[in-house]
Amino acid sequence: MRPILMKGHERPLTFLRYNRDGDLLFSCAKDHTPNVWFADNGDRLGTYRGHNGAVWTCDVSRDSTRLITGSADQTAKLWDVQTGQELFTFRFDAPARSVEFSIGDGLAVITTDNFMDNVPTAQVKRITEDPDDQSEESLLVITGIKGRINRAVWGPLNRTIITAGEDATVRIWDTETGKCLKESDKEQGHQKAISSLSKSADWSHFLTGSLDKTAKLWDTRTMTLIKTYVTERPVNAVDISPLLDHVVIGGGQDAMNVTMTDRRAGKFEAKFFHKILQEEIGGVKGHFGPINALVFNPDGRSFSSGGEDGYVRLHHFDSDYFNIKI
Amino acid sequence: MALEISMEGIEARARDLGVDLTAVDLDAVALPAGEDFGIISDDEEILRDDDPMELEMGFANIVVVDNLPVVPPEKFDKLENVVRKIYSQIGVIKEGGLWMPVNPDTKKTYGYCFIEYNTPQEAELAREKTNGYKLDKSHIFAVNMFDDFDKYMKVPDEWMPAEIKPYTAGENLQKWLTDEKARDQFVIRAGTVTEVYWNDARQKMPELVFQKQYWTDSYIQWSPLGTYLATVHRQGSQVWGGDDKFERLMRFAHPQVKLIDFSPGEKFLVTYSSHEPNNPRDTHRVVLNIFDVRTGKVMRDFKGSADEFTASGNISVSGVSWPIFRWGGGKDDKYFARLGKNIISVYETETFSLLDKKSLKIENVVDFCWSPTDPIIALFVPELGGGNQPARVSLVQIPGKEELRQKNLFSVSDCKLYWQNSGEYLAVQVDRYTKTKKSTYTGFELFRIKERDIPIEVLELDNKNDKIIAFAWEPKGHRFAVIHGDGPKPDISFYTMRTANNINRVSKLTTLKSKQANALFWSPGGRFIVFAGLKGFNGQLEFYNVDELETMATGEHFMATDIMWDPTGRYLASAVTSVHEMENGFQIWSFSGKQLYKVSKDHFYQFLWRPRPPSLLTAEKEDDISKNLRRYSKKYEQEDQDAFNQLSEQERKRRKQLQEEWEGWVSKWKQLHEEERAYRMELRDGEASDEEEEYEAKEVEVEEIVDVNEEVVAFELDQE
Repeated sequence: MRPILMKGHERPLTFLRYNRDGDLLFSCAKDHTPNVWFADNGDRLGTYRGHNGAVWTCDVSRDSTRLITGSADQTAKLWDVQTGQELFTFRFDAPARSVEFSIGDGLAVITTDNFMDNVPTAQVKRITEDPDDQSEESLLVITGIKGRINRAVWGPLNRTIITAGEDATVRIWDTETGKCLKESDKEQGHQKAISSLSKSADWSHFLTGSLDKTAKLWDTRTMTLIKTYVTERPVNAVDISPLLDHVVIGGGQDAMNVTMTDRRAGKFEAKFFHKILQEEIGGVKGHFGPINALVFNPDGRSFSSGGEDGYVRLHHFDSDYFNIKI
Repeated sequence: MALEISMEGIEARARDLGVDLTAVDLDAVALPAGEDFGIISDDEEILRDDDPMELEMGFANIVVVDNLPVVPPEKFDKLENVVRKIYSQIGVIKEGGLWMPVNPDTKKTYGYCFIEYNTPQEAELAREKTNGYKLDKSHIFAVNMFDDFDKYMKVPDEWMPAEIKPYTAGENLQKWLTDEKARDQFVIRAGTVTEVYWNDARQKMPELVFQKQYWTDSYIQWSPLGTYLATVHRQGSQVWGGDDKFERLMRFAHPQVKLIDFSPGEKFLVTYSSHEPNNPRDTHRVVLNIFDVRTGKVMRDFKGSADEFTASGNISVSGVSWPIFRWGGGKDDKYFARLGKNIISVYETETFSLLDKKSLKIENVVDFCWSPTDPIIALFVPELGGGNQPARVSLVQIPGKEELRQKNLFSVSDCKLYWQNSGEYLAVQVDRYTKTKKSTYTGFELFRIKERDIPIEVLELDNKNDKIIAFAWEPKGHRFAVIHGDGPKPDISFYTMRTANNINRVSKLTTLKSKQANALFWSPGGRFIVFAGLKGFNGQLEFYNVDELETMATGEHFMATDIMWDPTGRYLASAVTSVHEMENGFQIWSFSGKQLYKVSKDHFYQFLWRPRPPSLLTAEKEDDISKNLRRYSKKYEQEDQDAFNQLSEQERKRRKQLQEEWEGWVSKWKQLHEEERAYRMELRDGEASDEEEEYEAKEVEVEEIVDVNEEVVAFELDQE
């Protein structure tokens, strides 16, 4: 498996996203311009210029026409995927950390950080077909969480929103009432800040990664803890394979602490685990710093990782990978 | 603890009481003596009633001096001056703290006096120093603590036979040796938890034996034969053992104990503590106790200033070179010795007093070392007078104190003594100055202890300028290994003390070039050795067979800090302890270098194999077993196979169960997904959702005409 090295960012990567067809890969980094790449050969297709701060996150609509990005410049922006044109800007009074389109792309959930005197929020906005009709008005604002919300995603049928963040707790919220329905168990759940959250293809279960060096698999509807994967590194990024019963977990020693002479000390590999048996299958090395983003192609035949080192590495799996027996 | 008080709670209460919290100096708040507000420390009962200091405060700083001359009033002042002179040398006598009562009838003194010091420590010291002090022939001081008088008064006049307690059978303290699978135990300490495990190499994982939180306040240690596990607490030390339950066997009270050490036959336990002096200019006070492990009795205590116990000048982390007392005479625990200024004090354990009532006087001795099996001391005296008096290594027999052998050495900068573990050989590593005195080079002096007259051989390395990085004798064997060389990749050489044709010559077996190693670990059974590159070398391991002179395997435990063979030499443990934060945990290897299993633990502090007592088999019997190994091993091979089959069977079952559980989840999700399909379609404006529609990659060729341009091209036909 020879990775394709994609050098298009000047600062650490923050987030990666494939479109539904799996032919485009969107990347966000601490430099101000998200990129879009051909997911097959790693050629760069274009950039989205307009943000004025680190871009933390993005999401792409089901038909691959709209892109939404959230940035440290305290805005979230809507883009035309094809032309790179900026369509609309949502203004906040704190950095936007996480964005996601709902089913049907008619809504988006955007989270804002606890910044200055602001409490962290998750806000639901209506996304209109015609950008001229777009408004900044929020349909729902979720508050009451202590500590930054690192990820907020939609539950099945847009009826719930799942949040996870610095307080190490996963919560499910009702999108009608804005009330918290369920909270992860303190004992069972993560012990340190949750850095990432990724849903399965059918949204029935999701995986969270935490700085406590574990990743945990949960049932989306009941919040039952199903599996725990133990690694040796603080986890920054996780994803669930849409094809096989595998999960991939990445991270590494905090960039601040990486002063060691040997690269291996930092644990900068992406580790594959068997989803059901919770056993380690293997690892993919390559990054020179912690891994900040990991994502499977929707066809499950390739995956991409983005690191603190500023590179995106695109891996197409060898045929051996599909015959792994453990 | 269930009791939790939040800061807000405290503030609210302070407001109710009208107390300004900022005005309160919290550091000045102290509990009244003896009051604990019902908060009981979890090990409170331990040793509580053994602390006499708490009970009898007030008079502990007074000593009573007896056997003074009885003098008439004319001489009273003179005597008082003499006494004052003697006792003010030891400490500060309180103002009016010297009181010599006078008989009102005869006006003569009674022949005793009281002296009050500022601190109990000074009084204690005065008692130690001057009890038995000879003022003149007929006046030998008898000094006692004032507090002890009550105790002496209570001694009954008539002898009473001691009450004999009925015999209760104790636990089998060596139960772990009877394990059916002949496994070895180890103890680990990670975070606040201490755990004892079986090393189950067959199952490729450790099996928990016993686990306890907060078992020790600082560290743990096995006794040398593995019978006891010692823990260290604020109030003293404790030993545990017996069945798998690790019951407490004995407590040894010693407040603020810092270090402990067992005698090699584990009969005695030495505990050490050092205390902050009252006067910051003074040195630390040091207290050492030697306990009998089985009865818990203090056999002897030593007290003094830290200076007295660090005479050799080599101060280690804790301020002393531990162990202070080194045990000699093999497993019988007959002698122990310590290094002092120009002396080696040898004590024997029959009476716990100095052998022949005096120490061994050796000018300028800096280091000594007992033979591991015999009562022989090897000692080293450095060069004196700028080279006029040569350095010297000598062997002294105990208890006779005869010098068995001596060797003078010239232009020596340093010496290190290495005994082979069965006491047959002694290697002295000698660092000598070159002629210019600018650098040093190293050689070895090899003593053959068991031969007549103890012949000495001199060995120099092929390149004698090489630095010696490590030296190690083969246990129970005649070979040794040396890591030598400069630079990042040193060489490793093997030597033997026996050679086929000329039996008494040391000869080189081989040299391995450029190895990433800085430490040597012989298997306890000899024959196999592991070279390890610890710390700076990232944990490279090489397993080497010295009989065949070949490498069996190489491995790596990244960042490993410690390597330990199990007592049988079957397995090796490599560990990363919490000197750095990442990678903490341990790995178990087979003797031949196969990695068996790995366990990760955060905040990993200690890994210790439980030692085994020496084998009861005779040498002949052992030889017989190794010759007919096939016959003996047959039975175990079958067991191994069974265990393996069972394991794979269990594993299969476990996996099957996990798989079934998972399928349960999946079918439930599928059903829900199906139920929600209609809603989902609605949300997507009627578009079929998710996997319902198969998507297929088609290659489509699109041709676009960009431009059409017609041009007339001249065509020539005059070729023919």
